[in-house]
Formats: sequence, structure tokens, C-alpha cells
Amino acid sequence: MPVAYIPRTRDLYSDFTPYRWVENQSTPFAPLTKPVAECRIALISSGGIMYRDQPRFHREDASYRRIPTRARPDELSVWHFGYPTRDAKRDANCVFPLQRMRELEAAGVIGELVDPAFSFMGGIYSARKVRDELAPQILDELKRAHADAFFLVPA
Amino acid sequence: MTSALDITQSVKPPRAVFINFPLGHQTGPPDQPELQRQIVVDAMRAFESISSPGSIVELPYVWDANDRSWEDLDYTRGWMPERPAREVADALEAERQAKFRRG
Repeated sequence: MPVAYIPRTRDLYSDFTPYRWVENQSTPFAPLTKPVAECRIALISSGGIMYRDQPRFHREDASYRRIPTRARPDELSVWHFGYPTRDAKRDANCVFPLQRMRELEAAGVIGELVDPAFSFMGGIYSARKVRDELAPQILDELKRAHADAFFLVPA
Repeated sequence: MTSALDITQSVKPPRAVFINFPLGHQTGPPDQPELQRQIVVDAMRAFESISSPGSIVELPYVWDANDRSWEDLDYTRGWMPERPAREVADALEAERQAKFRRG
């Protein structure tokens, strides 16, 4: 059975003002115009991934990091306050499947992996900050990179 | 990709792939590249298979067929490991910075 995370969040953070979940009434949709095997796909993770000496994330941090797709596993680190990061620290592919996406690119399952990949720390209380500040910046990056689609992996 | 079905149903992204794994493992358990790869391949296929806005594809993978206790514990009180004290966290961060600056 899927875990009901909305009531659990309410309970876990019951000492705080109740969180107002984003409740969208509609869904934007852009059909793919070509097969995935011909698409440029970007990888985005909200798992709090950093490359080499990029600054660490902190609470309420709505910044993002550019992760070169050639990054080796030992060049990645993880900071996030909202989920146990032990496994992601051992193998970032749990929430940031960079190596897997590179394999799919090499195998021709996807056309190209957009370089760089992106990560932010998804524990951002303000949905407004995400919608009005963080998302537009990443969207701008994706447009400039001529990405056809992005694969968003939360944590 | 999502492991939180109720949140995804509320946010209504264009396409989603649901996997019933504990938070922090949306594209698989650590050091299991074959399973991780299959999950990511399934997600890529969903780009083509989903044709109606807001569809959520459910993947068949099971985290642990013999033990579903994680479903009762995930995201409940006591589930997060204790955070290190500020001084410890700052020292760890300084160490990380130094390691990469050395090359």
C-alpha cells in the first residue's frame, strides 16, 4: 500500500504551522514530438546533490547546483535535512541516477543526456519560492540547453 | 519519479512514475545498478506511453517482499537519524571542501 505522506507530514511537523500543500487543479501537458531515443533529456534531483567543492545546502535553501554529467561518484556529496541520506551518500544513484542515465545514453535508450544535470535541496518550505524563483531559473537553463524533456527525481 | 503518491496526486505533474520504495530511494536501493537501471528505463518509457495529462504509471517493484514494516515507519517520528551538532556538521563540511580543493 502506498504510504500516505500528507497526514504523516502533518504529524511529524505538528509543532509547526500546518503546511499548505500545493493543490493544482489542472495539469500542463506537452506531448513528445519525437521518440525518447532522439530526445535530449535533462536530469534534475531534489535530493540535495553537490559536485566537488560546491557549497553545501542549508535549510530554506532554494538555490541549485549544476552537476557535470561526467562527474565521478566520488565527486558527489549529499546534504538534505528531510530524508535519511545514508544510502544516497553511499550511492547517489538512489536519488540522482546520473550513472544510469549515462548508460541509457550510451545504449541509445535516450538521445542525449543534457550536460549539466541539476540538483537542489527539496526541503523548501515556501512553495512560492520554488514556483517563482527556483523553477524559472532551472527552466531557463533547460531552454538554453535545448532540452526536450526533463526527468525529475525527488528524495 | 515519485514515492509519495498522495503528494503527486495533489501536485498533478504532467507525467509521473510511482514506485513504492522508502523515501530516499526513488530510483532504487544503493549499489544495485541493474535494478536502478530498470527503474530509470521504465521511467523513460513512460515519456512515450503516457498520453493523457496527469497519468501516474505504477511500477511493480517491491522493496522487500518479506518485510513491509518500512511502510509503517517511513516519515514518522524517530525515523530520521539524529542530526549532528552544528560544530560537527561545520567540521565535516570544512573537511569536504578541503578534500576537493586539494584536487
